[in-house]
This record gives sequence, structure tokens and C-alpha cells, in this order.
Amino acid sequence: MSPAADRVPRLLALIPYLQAHPDIEISSAARDFGISADELREDLNLLWMCGLPGHGPGDLIDLSFDDDHVAVTFDAGMSRPLRLTTHEAVALIVALRTLAATPGLIEQEAVSRALAKIEEAAGAQAQAAAAVTVAVDGQDASLAVLRRAVRAGQAVALTYYSAGRDARTDRTVDPMRLLLVDGHWYLEAWCRRAEGVRMFRLDRIEELDQLDEPSRPPPEVAPRDISGGLFLPSPEDVEVRIRLLPWARWVADYYPCQSVVEVGDELLVTLRSSDTTWVRRLVAGLGGAAEVLDPPALADEIAQDARQALASYDSVPGRSDMA
Amino acid sequence: MTTRRAERLVNLVICLLATRHYLTAEQIRRAVPGYEADDGTDRAKEAFKRMFERDKAELREIGVPLETGRRSVFDDEDGYRIARDAYELPAISLAADEAAAVGLAARLWHSAALGGAAEGALHKLRAAGVSLDEHAAVPLEPRLDSGEPAFGVCFAAATERRELRFDYRRPDASEPTQRRIHPWGVVARRGRWYVAGFDLARGAPRAFRLSRFAGRPKAVGPAGAFQRPEDVDLVAMVATAAPASEVTARVRVRPGAAEGLRRIGKASADDPDLIDIPLSDLQALADRVTSFGADALVEEPGALREAVMHRLHRLAGMTGAPVERSP
Repeated sequence: MSPAADRVPRLLALIPYLQAHPDIEISSAARDFGISADELREDLNLLWMCGLPGHGPGDLIDLSFDDDHVAVTFDAGMSRPLRLTTHEAVALIVALRTLAATPGLIEQEAVSRALAKIEEAAGAQAQAAAAVTVAVDGQDASLAVLRRAVRAGQAVALTYYSAGRDARTDRTVDPMRLLLVDGHWYLEAWCRRAEGVRMFRLDRIEELDQLDEPSRPPPEVAPRDISGGLFLPSPEDVEVRIRLLPWARWVADYYPCQSVVEVGDELLVTLRSSDTTWVRRLVAGLGGAAEVLDPPALADEIAQDARQALASYDSVPGRSDMA
Repeated sequence: MTTRRAERLVNLVICLLATRHYLTAEQIRRAVPGYEADDGTDRAKEAFKRMFERDKAELREIGVPLETGRRSVFDDEDGYRIARDAYELPAISLAADEAAAVGLAARLWHSAALGGAAEGALHKLRAAGVSLDEHAAVPLEPRLDSGEPAFGVCFAAATERRELRFDYRRPDASEPTQRRIHPWGVVARRGRWYVAGFDLARGAPRAFRLSRFAGRPKAVGPAGAFQRPEDVDLVAMVATAAPASEVTARVRVRPGAAEGLRRIGKASADDPDLIDIPLSDLQALADRVTSFGADALVEEPGALREAVMHRLHRLAGMTGAPVERSP
């Protein structure tokens, strides 16, 4: 929905909101609606011109301002917010059901109580939520252990499989927070071995021990802003240009691309990666549905490796010959 | 939307909430400021009619329950009103821990479709007096969706129970084929969205990954075109899109390499580099084995071996020379 189309629902919610929060500061009200104080003032100016038919002095919505605080003195009948729309009901109910299906995250009992109340308030709209289901990875014990470690501020030792480097390593890390991104849980932590912040996908943590020592990420380290995606490019990265055939277009949705250009029904994408092994494995795993255009040396490496594999198959033609 | 239109819509809602009787379009035109004045011309009449139709559509779009009816049997045209109990959010109060759960739930969505809806729901709950502190410091940053463009259409078709048509690419085919389904619901699993339903051409339940849609899906025909089976388990439909089987693949891996295959399989007792992997989705396993290049060679079954060799042949031809193609 465009910001402009959001405006009428917000205008309808504002008067009841101000009544529920008498004499609220304009800046806090603006924050609650995710807009600037100036935008909120414009909304209030608009509402001030609205009212009951007749539109005489006693019919119009009346607001009183005191410095930067505002209160409603006449609401023209707008005393309650509008019901939830189908989409709003679905967004909250499906998310609450997801939380309810994810033990170890937050108090399960509070989630069930909240879910029951929201379903009741949503009324008939709640039924639409049956059409959306989110399956969260059945996270074993590690989620609960890590949640405790984050809360208690304790370090953990883990054995981790890194898919990018295809390697298993033992590390001691200082947990910072847990993230659920696209159906997978991640631990963001300071890795003492790498001396940097790293993301660990929970289903790739093979062993996990909570240590008896405090978690001590360096003070200057802050959790990363992940609104642009989990993995951020860095200046040392190599730039790789890849052509994606139609049935590999999904790659552009699942990995952060610097640029995506449509060419017919194919895509030309540019990825940046610190690790060309990862790109090699990605492209090889697409089995010909993706082609590295640049750097040519990387394309050559993948092709050579494939030829070498084919040569091994040729020298060992079938299983009967293996014995 | 212009300020004038926003103001007119708010006035329209206030007016229709305040009336107990149905108001005709003409009465509304006189009561609500901002409509084209009646100067007796057909042009003005036509302009008002168009404006009022758009306003009604906009209000319905944002969920305002407009009621249509007549005041008495003598009326010869429909009137409008908004029933207060249908409009107003019922009373709701949340304990602090319940409010925390709702705040966290709303943060699960990041796409415009669901993230915006969750945000809108929070505005209304706050307006109902619920205190929600979204900014509470929880060391937790969940996110469920990655914003599939097809989501909105599929979800709407499933809730309205309308037939859904789309072009779909199977991973092993280059040309998309048209599918017609009765959508039962949308499902997210491991970060991917699917629509599950009854495939009309194949006469069987099927699940489809949204990222494999070619172009936009379309809902066609009337609402309520089918019934969703009551006992249907959408997640199971998606999970068994590739049915599990008893077949095991055997792959020889280079010593010290292909850790990613070792961890999904089991090394044979007398050879740590001969790995047995349960085979459920042949194409998916072929992709995975191929990603390890010359470090992994399939011994059996033959079908997997062929699928991998087919992929290797395609990869072997890669030159890296930029291909300039015209759209």
C-alpha cells in the first residue's frame, strides 16, 4: 500500500488514539504511527476541518493544543478505531500462531492468550487466517539453549558447519541476539576465533555447549541492521556477473545482488562475494542454469572442474566395474 | 491521494456513522463537503456519480463496512449507512506479556503486503487503548517473509475461494506451463512461499513454489467457487511435494572434502569416503552433488548418476565470454 493510501486508515485511527492517550506529546504520537511530527500536524489540521453534517462550530472535531501536546475535546462520533481488515487480522494471527509453534522463544502461555484475544477482536476476519500457514523449522534444543545464553549473557562453544566453505569448525562465541530470517534461525555473535561478528544458522550448529564464562563482545560491536538482507557486501569482495536462465531466476530473490537486469526472460545479475568458492558451488549446483560471465577465470575453473568430474565418470563407467 | 479527497472520505465516514437511516447519494452530496455541486447540468451529475463510486470503493477497500438499503418500501433508490457495531473494533485489552507477544508477532513480517498490514493492525490496537511497546529491547530479530510478489494474489484467491491461473516453471523444464488450481492456501516453509491447492488439469492436490511463477498469477471466475477440504494439512502438502522414498544413493567423495554431503548421509562402515544418502528428491540431490564438482562422484543409482553427468556436461561448456543478447 502506498503511503498516500495509508493516510485515510491513519486519519480514522487518530481521533480514538488521541482519546486513549490524553494530552500526548505530538512527537510520541507521530512515532506510534511511524510518521514525522510535521506529518502528524498536517493530519491534525485536516481532522480539524472534519465533522458532522452541518459543519457548524459545534459539529466539527475539536482539538486542544498545549505546547507540543494535543487532546480531543469533541470527537464527532469517532470514538473507536475501525475493525481489523482481513489482511491485518491475517498478519497478526499467522505471526502469533508461528510464535506459538516455536517453543523456547517467548512465554508460550502469553502467546496463546494474546492469540485468543486477537482472534476474538478480529471476528469473522480471523477465518481468513486459515489460508496462510507458516512452517518454522522444528528447532531442537539448540534454540532453547541459545536463548538462555543470550538472556544470561553467557558465552557458548559450538561446532559449526559452514556451507560456503564446506568446512566444520570449533569456535567459542559471545552471543548477541537470535534472528528468524526467511524460516531459518540464526545466532548473531562475536566469534573469538575470527575476531568478528558472524551469523550462525542454527541447523548448521552440530554441537553446542553453554560455558561458565560471561559473553563479552567488544563494546564497540553493535548488532547489524538486517533490513537490507543478512549478508552485507564488503569492499574486499570480488564482483561476479552471472547469467541466469529462466528456471534459475529465483537466485536473484534469495541472494543479495548488486544489480539485476532483465534480458528477455533471463536475468543478468551481479553478486559480490568475499569467497569465490561459495559462488563456484552455487553456480555448479545450478547445473548449467547459470553461467558465470565475469570473471572469465572463475567460469573456466568451474568448467574445468566439471570436465575433470566427467573424466572420472568415464574412467569408471558403471557400478559393476567398481567392485 | 489529495488532501481534499482524504478530508472528504473522513467526513463521509463521520456522516454515515452518525445517521441511523439510510442516506441516498443525493442526501450525502448535500451533507458531505467536497462533492461536485449540483448546478443542474448532466456533467456535474456525472462527475458526482463517478466521485461517489470511487469513494465507496476506497472505503470498502480499507475495510469500512458500508451498508446498502432502503428506508422504506416507498423509496425508489438505495441509501447508505455504516452500522456502528460493524465498524468499531470490539473492546480489547492486553496484559503486558500479551502485548509483548503481539508486538513481536507484528515484527515477523517485512514485506510490504504483510508488514504494512501488521503495522496497520498495531495502529488500531493502540487507538483502542492497548499499550504496545514495539521498541522494547528483545535480543531477537525475527523475519518470516521475503516479499514474494505473487503472494497477494494467491492469498486473496485462497480467501475468496476463486480459481487461480498462473504460468509455472518446473526446475527441470525450460518452458513454463499454465496451471489452473483451486487454491486452498499459501504456506511458508524454510523461507520459501508456496500455494497449495487442487490442480484442476491433473485432478489431484499439488503445491507450487511462488518463486517459480512466470509472470503474475490471476484469479478468475466468481468467489466461493470451491470448498476447502476441512482436514487438509497444507504444510504436509508442501513437505511431501517430493515424496520420501526408501532409495539410498551412494556417492564417493574425495578424502577431506564434500563435508556438505557427509553431513546429510552416512559413511559406509569400511570406507569413510563412500557416503550413503537417503534419496527423496532426485533433482535436488543431483544439484547438490554437482555443486561439489569433481569432489563427489555418484556410484548409484544410475538415474542420479545420469542427472549429475547431464549437469556436468552443461557446466563443462561454460566459457565466461560475455554474451550480449538483445531483449
